[in-house]
Amino acid sequence: MSLFLDRNCYFKDYELSFKDRLLNISWSYFILIALVVGIGILLLYSVAGGSMEPWAIKQTYRFGLGCCVFFFIALTDLRIWMKYAYVLYGLSLLLLIAVEIRGEIGMGAQRWLDLGFMQIQPSELMKITLVLALARYFHGSDEEDVERWRHLIIPSLMMGVPVGLILIQPDLGTASMLLFVTLAIFFLVGVQWWKFAALFVLGLISIPIGWQFLHDYQKERVLTFLNPERDPLGAGYHILQSKITLGSGGVFGKGFLEGTQSHLNFIPEKHTDFIFTVLAEEFGMVGAGVLLFLYMVIIFYGFRMALKSCNFFGKILALGLTVNFSLYVFINTAMVMGLLPVVGVPLPLVSYGGSAMMVLMAGFGFIECVHVNEEMVIGRLGSSDC
Amino acid sequence: MTWQADGIKKMTRRTFVVGGAQLALAFVLFGRMFYLQVMEAEKYQTLADKNRISLKLLPPPRGAILDRNGVPFASNRKTFRAVVVAEETGGKLRKTLQNFGKLVPLEDEEYERILKEVKRKKSFVPVRIKDDLSFDEMAAIQLNIPDLAGVSIEDGLMRVYPQKELAAHPVGYVSFITDQDLEQSNLLSKMPDVRIGRTGIEQYYQEALYGKTGNKKIEINAVGREVRELENQDAVAGEDLVLALDSRLQKIGYDALKNESGSAVLLDVHTGEVKMMISTPAFDPNMFNYPVDSKTWNKLNKNERHPLLNKAISGLYSPGSVFKIVVALAGLEAGVINEQTKIDCEGRLFVGDHPFHCWKKTGHGPLTLQQALQHSCDIYFYEVARQTGVDKIIEVADRLGFGTKTGIDLAGEKDGLLPSRAWKEGRFGDAWRLGDTMNLGIGQGFLLATPLQMALMMAQIANGGKKLTPVLSVNAQKEPSNLKISPRHLRIIREGLTAVVNKPGGTAYHARINVDGQKMAGKTASTQIRRISLAEREEGLKKQHELPWKDRDHAFFVAYAPLDKPRYAISVAVEHGGGGGSISAPIAAMIMQRALELDKEDRKKLK
Repeated sequence: MSLFLDRNCYFKDYELSFKDRLLNISWSYFILIALVVGIGILLLYSVAGGSMEPWAIKQTYRFGLGCCVFFFIALTDLRIWMKYAYVLYGLSLLLLIAVEIRGEIGMGAQRWLDLGFMQIQPSELMKITLVLALARYFHGSDEEDVERWRHLIIPSLMMGVPVGLILIQPDLGTASMLLFVTLAIFFLVGVQWWKFAALFVLGLISIPIGWQFLHDYQKERVLTFLNPERDPLGAGYHILQSKITLGSGGVFGKGFLEGTQSHLNFIPEKHTDFIFTVLAEEFGMVGAGVLLFLYMVIIFYGFRMALKSCNFFGKILALGLTVNFSLYVFINTAMVMGLLPVVGVPLPLVSYGGSAMMVLMAGFGFIECVHVNEEMVIGRLGSSDC
Repeated sequence: MTWQADGIKKMTRRTFVVGGAQLALAFVLFGRMFYLQVMEAEKYQTLADKNRISLKLLPPPRGAILDRNGVPFASNRKTFRAVVVAEETGGKLRKTLQNFGKLVPLEDEEYERILKEVKRKKSFVPVRIKDDLSFDEMAAIQLNIPDLAGVSIEDGLMRVYPQKELAAHPVGYVSFITDQDLEQSNLLSKMPDVRIGRTGIEQYYQEALYGKTGNKKIEINAVGREVRELENQDAVAGEDLVLALDSRLQKIGYDALKNESGSAVLLDVHTGEVKMMISTPAFDPNMFNYPVDSKTWNKLNKNERHPLLNKAISGLYSPGSVFKIVVALAGLEAGVINEQTKIDCEGRLFVGDHPFHCWKKTGHGPLTLQQALQHSCDIYFYEVARQTGVDKIIEVADRLGFGTKTGIDLAGEKDGLLPSRAWKEGRFGDAWRLGDTMNLGIGQGFLLATPLQMALMMAQIANGGKKLTPVLSVNAQKEPSNLKISPRHLRIIREGLTAVVNKPGGTAYHARINVDGQKMAGKTASTQIRRISLAEREEGLKKQHELPWKDRDHAFFVAYAPLDKPRYAISVAVEHGGGGGSISAPIAAMIMQRALELDKEDRKKLK
């Protein structure tokens, strides 16, 4: 355990020059991320039938832009992020409300906000800013605080309001991810076990009630997930074809650009949510295993950085964002393997999509920032003294 | 207050809990991948192939059916049909169809059917506009193809029967796939143009005529569009089938019987080849190429003359006097009679109180077997039957082929009915009585036979007692076996049959062939359909033509020729025809003579 906790913490007047920060950056962490993005670009090249157009090239640009975001965040003083944590949270909540209102007018599901050069999903932003806000909140708590249920009302509201808004959109996938991340942070900061048990029981009881609030297509997805053969040409088609694609890849796969399921369009959303199956089809269990392993290493790095951080804001931030990332990985892969219903969660860093790429790179930027500033002790209100 | 060491430790501990949970999850995912990609890989590989590989079936051209001289009874004709591919019309399907309608008129229902089908199918799937285009229509379409975006012409094969009614029953017909066929093989649904033999040779030799389906494996994408061809196995065409039938004789036989409801079969007495098989009224097998509407179908089915039935193999009749040949042989074999035995016919014979009448009210007087056959005296055979007994008669009849299928290569052949003591016991719970034996003696009562069975019996008497299997396909001949009939008995019977046709007073004397080397021997039969009441008998019987058609006697004639070296045996059956001697025998004589002449000509040609 000393592996993670060996550190020197500087309590006073700890300032890092730009050069120090640059030197502190964990380049191996960045390279791991770049590797995963590289695999993604390779797959996007394949699903386009061996062409950079239309997806691979754009994904490359986005990764470039994502790197800028990553380094900008990583090289900024962590205390600045802490200072603006609530502001950033508030801003994304406003954006969320904005798209909600626009959606009311525009009829139907509305998740996008057009910034001109790119579209952004406020619900994606929320995945980061909520963690920032929660980290900021719990930074100022102590172990006795978190055991009082009243102390959990504010963070619950921080999570509950955006989750409610996102559920209305409706986006079950993102909403449940926000819920899980919040619960994970509650757990990590030390909320008692029995409270989770109580919540679990409460959840079980409310399932039949919540069922009635689900949209028909969501009910359909859950039912079809429980029994895909129920509707093999309709909603069950995705799950079935996804399993066929995975299974037919075998141990070593059909070879790069040789996947029949993806190239003949049997896979829905082959460049986004179901891209993992393309990897598994063309590179087999070996290829898919390598990617999963890389993901696990990235998660491991995240936890290590969190544990080594001298400040609580950084710890909670890095933990929350890593948990968030791992949720992406687990939900997406479990979904394409037929272990979870199809909820529309992309495979992080690999699926084609600008908004998700930006948000993920920002998230890694924050984790890196925590790492860069790991020796810094931050006071309760954000000052560098106790 | 701020975080203390305890809190930090707790957080570190819980981080390990979360990390451990994630590791566990990762193992679950790896396990799932192992399950899908290793344990179940084969299943999913099959499913993936099933997804991408579509089997296109290529139906083979159906074998032709030819007569013995190579004249086609059934062959294939190339047909052309117009199809439209919706996505190639550039969104102007209606316009294209309108333009098409100007060239080849289309019914409103047709428009609707096409539009409906286009909507239902994928836009690249061709939809049929019109089948069987004429040459002029084709030309008009080809000329205007620029105005007909998306229209193209496909070719296919249609079954044609150039001889139409002439050989409709033995050759049979084909028709489109039905739901029942699909239950047997759902592959058929991929070949909507295939037609299947339903009756006759078309049905019996379906497999050989059909050939072997070819296939083309093509790779398709998720919406079913063809991407590339993977494998191609050509269809193997069906075999051409040569029949023993002679189309010239079919024409003669059909013309002779076309206004009757009857049948005629001509057998080669040495090989069993069927050189002619007629059943009337007939139908045009070409009409089954396209689905027959229910009105026409009902009309065919409800017709009291049963045009769809092959009466030669499926018509069941009391053979009547034709059966006297069998009774005579049984009497000879039992030693009850010999060449010289005379039996006195007084016009009727009593068994107990029940009188049995001869057709000749005044009686024939004392007759030998030869004379009894010549005049078809009933009393003589009543007496022979009585003395011989039912068991012996049945034994001989069975040997000559009554009561069982002849084994001809056609589906739908009937067994007929050869009664026996046991059969009657089982069927009616009643003992066999002497009266039953008497009725059997003149071929009446329970006994039922097909015209083919009668022809076969005649052929076997003519060929010296060799057991034959009648065949239509020249390749299906079977080696004859011995029926173990004494040549002396055969000679006696054949003399009697010769007298029937060639001696004045014989029942078929008017139908004799007076050409040396073509002379014929045979036996007539006129079997009554209704019971003759005592009052009618007293008043004097009505002439047959005065009776309504349905009440008239069935007219049979069986014969062979030439006398010395028998070549052919014939059986002519005319339902409600009246007299066997007056109606059927002349038809038989005409066919027989023509058959012998044609045989002579063909032999000359061969030399």
